[in-house]
Amino acid sequence: MKLLTVSANPHVRDRATTQSIMLDVIIALVPALVASILLFGVDALLVVLVCVAVAVLAEYIWEKAVKRPVTISDLSAVVTGVLLAYCLPSTIPLWQAALGSIFAIIVVKQFFGGIGCNFANPAATARIMLFLAFSSEMASFTYDGVSTATPLALMGQSAEAASSATGEAVQQLPGLLDMFLGRHGGCLGEVCALALLIGGIYLIARRVISWHIPVVYLVTVAVFSLLVGRDPLYDLLSGGLMLGAFFMATDYSTSPMTVLGKVIYAVIVGLLTMTIRVWGSYPEGVSFAILLGNILTPHIDRLTRHKPLGVAKKGGAKA
Amino acid sequence: MFGRRTQGIHVRDEKNTSDSVPKAVPTPGKVVIPMSMHVGAPCTPVVKVGQEVKLGEPIGAPNGLGAPIHASVSGKVTAIQDLVMPNGATVPAVVITSDGTQTVWEGVRPPKVHDLASFTEAVKESGLVGLGGAGFPTWAKLTTGIDTLLVNGGECEPYCTTGCRTMLDSTEDLLEGARLVKQYIGAKEVIIAIEESAPKALAKMEQAVAGLEGFAVKRLPARYPQGAEKMQIFNTTGRVVPEGKLPKDVGVIVMNVASVAFIAEYLRTGMPLVTKAVTIDGPAVREPKNVIAPVGMAIGEILEAAGGCKEDPAKVIYGGPMMGGCVASLDFPLLKQNNAFLAFDEKTARMPDPTPCIRCARCVDACPMSLMPVDIAKAYELQDAQGLMDLHVDLCMECGICTYVCPAKRGLAFTNKMAKGFLREYRAKNQEVKQA
Repeated sequence: MKLLTVSANPHVRDRATTQSIMLDVIIALVPALVASILLFGVDALLVVLVCVAVAVLAEYIWEKAVKRPVTISDLSAVVTGVLLAYCLPSTIPLWQAALGSIFAIIVVKQFFGGIGCNFANPAATARIMLFLAFSSEMASFTYDGVSTATPLALMGQSAEAASSATGEAVQQLPGLLDMFLGRHGGCLGEVCALALLIGGIYLIARRVISWHIPVVYLVTVAVFSLLVGRDPLYDLLSGGLMLGAFFMATDYSTSPMTVLGKVIYAVIVGLLTMTIRVWGSYPEGVSFAILLGNILTPHIDRLTRHKPLGVAKKGGAKA
Repeated sequence: MFGRRTQGIHVRDEKNTSDSVPKAVPTPGKVVIPMSMHVGAPCTPVVKVGQEVKLGEPIGAPNGLGAPIHASVSGKVTAIQDLVMPNGATVPAVVITSDGTQTVWEGVRPPKVHDLASFTEAVKESGLVGLGGAGFPTWAKLTTGIDTLLVNGGECEPYCTTGCRTMLDSTEDLLEGARLVKQYIGAKEVIIAIEESAPKALAKMEQAVAGLEGFAVKRLPARYPQGAEKMQIFNTTGRVVPEGKLPKDVGVIVMNVASVAFIAEYLRTGMPLVTKAVTIDGPAVREPKNVIAPVGMAIGEILEAAGGCKEDPAKVIYGGPMMGGCVASLDFPLLKQNNAFLAFDEKTARMPDPTPCIRCARCVDACPMSLMPVDIAKAYELQDAQGLMDLHVDLCMECGICTYVCPAKRGLAFTNKMAKGFLREYRAKNQEVKQA
């Protein structure tokens, strides 16, 4: 008697895999890559390539060293590499970019158990590490061959200038169209809001992410900005907000799972972002805000679990 | 927006056989009829080896909750042997060698029915069990205090189309059966729930109930698991069956379209449940089609009679691919509650290896019971009984949607099943401790 294969139901599976999801994220990041090369030249591409190569290599070497299954084919290390590169200036020394990648993959991701287990977003955390360690390299931006300050830094300066009433001439803020297209100084993958929006809409259309986190995050920032008398459009288009809202705050491992949880998390991250921007000593707060939101995620998850169908009020059903 | 009840997920429906009118296969040389084809204790064989039996003659008597079992061929009982069921239980099975005449038993005649008690008795004698796949004895559902009879035509499992065929080919029986059940249990309303994936059945039933007092057709989107009892009650009546309760506790009984149509047929002819319409499909099958076969016929023979396979099947599933189980051998017989046999080839039989969970929460979004499969898996890994109780894992109906959607290919539904077993053991142990 020939025995047949026996397995637990279900016997059919959806086509989506971890790899196909990561590939979708990479595809969504392509428009911003094209924009960064157009805006900052081949230097930008070089930083991206170094970050990706080092991230993948670091994951491979680590997993070999600790004798765990090698997971580089799931493409998540590629995504981390690209995201980290996107929040670096194109002029950053490559060894610093490489160090950031190693930190992101080994310290932030692998130390906590690898894909799905890290509690903090690797790219956002590595950016903070680089920002604190190499403040001058991380804060020097060049656009069109001229070194410039970022619009957020300029907004900070003009506020100071106005309050100190010295009348010192501050650098002109770029126009809104330039902000939207990315024609200003900034991190290489963060400047072009248009490219990031295209990518974000692609991710939502492909159902890789739901709209809740990016939309609620952006709305929270805009409302906050309006309330404190800043220009909401400037706040939306500047800094790492677009990249953070669509690609970093939505990281599966480090954001809540239920719709309610996502909304709460996005509001918190939005409030933190603007708090840092308005009152903090740093001009930009997206990566800090996301990291702080990440820390709250397990708690938000526990408090926003779905109530199963047919279960009585909280604690009502006894086993 | 918050805590919304999911409508399930669209699963590739593969309804290749919805135009195939079920045809009877030739009577097999022998049938193997297990004494357990229902929820409840197995039947006791009431025939002896060497005894002559006729078509429709009782061969197994129920013990408590259960349904009698009848000979599906006329001939001679040649053995009563042990058979291992897919769930691992060993039950006796009556083997009948057919004489090829299909002589009908003298006792087969339309039952006399005049009230709920005699109706329930007739339904019990017919051997009817829930034909949607669960096999719950139908007579045990019949009770008063019900206002709504929900006739389940939501055939959400991919491939399966016998329910759709019942609606198209036995429309009269279906309506008559529903009318009888409604009359005897005193229900006010009959709702026939049909998914949009069966447009012809939907159109035909809508036309058939037009102008009928107390009958309505409810159109449901083609989402899995739309046919699941608790989901369907919620989606048609808005009522929620509380944890640990039954549909009748909210005034509803749910019956599959095939079960309802069978009741009318039985009251007309008196022939008990001895044949079953099944969908024969799957990647390894040469010609997808619907057939009618005697209960107890070997699955391999049914596949052959339906046109055979392109290659030796590597996996054979009874029921749909989402909730159905596997048989270990092609010699295993057709059971009353089966509605499909799917043959998978080497390639489609192999399930992908699991990779680490990425917390994408697709399982959380998809769960029709609003459970948190990802959290349940973690609690089970930690053998955290309290955690599993807090997560209400017992509500899992093992519809398989969480495993289906998981991009990391994790067997979440199976983990839920294991977790439920773990909780059962844990509770039993606690009970012992308390008693000691």
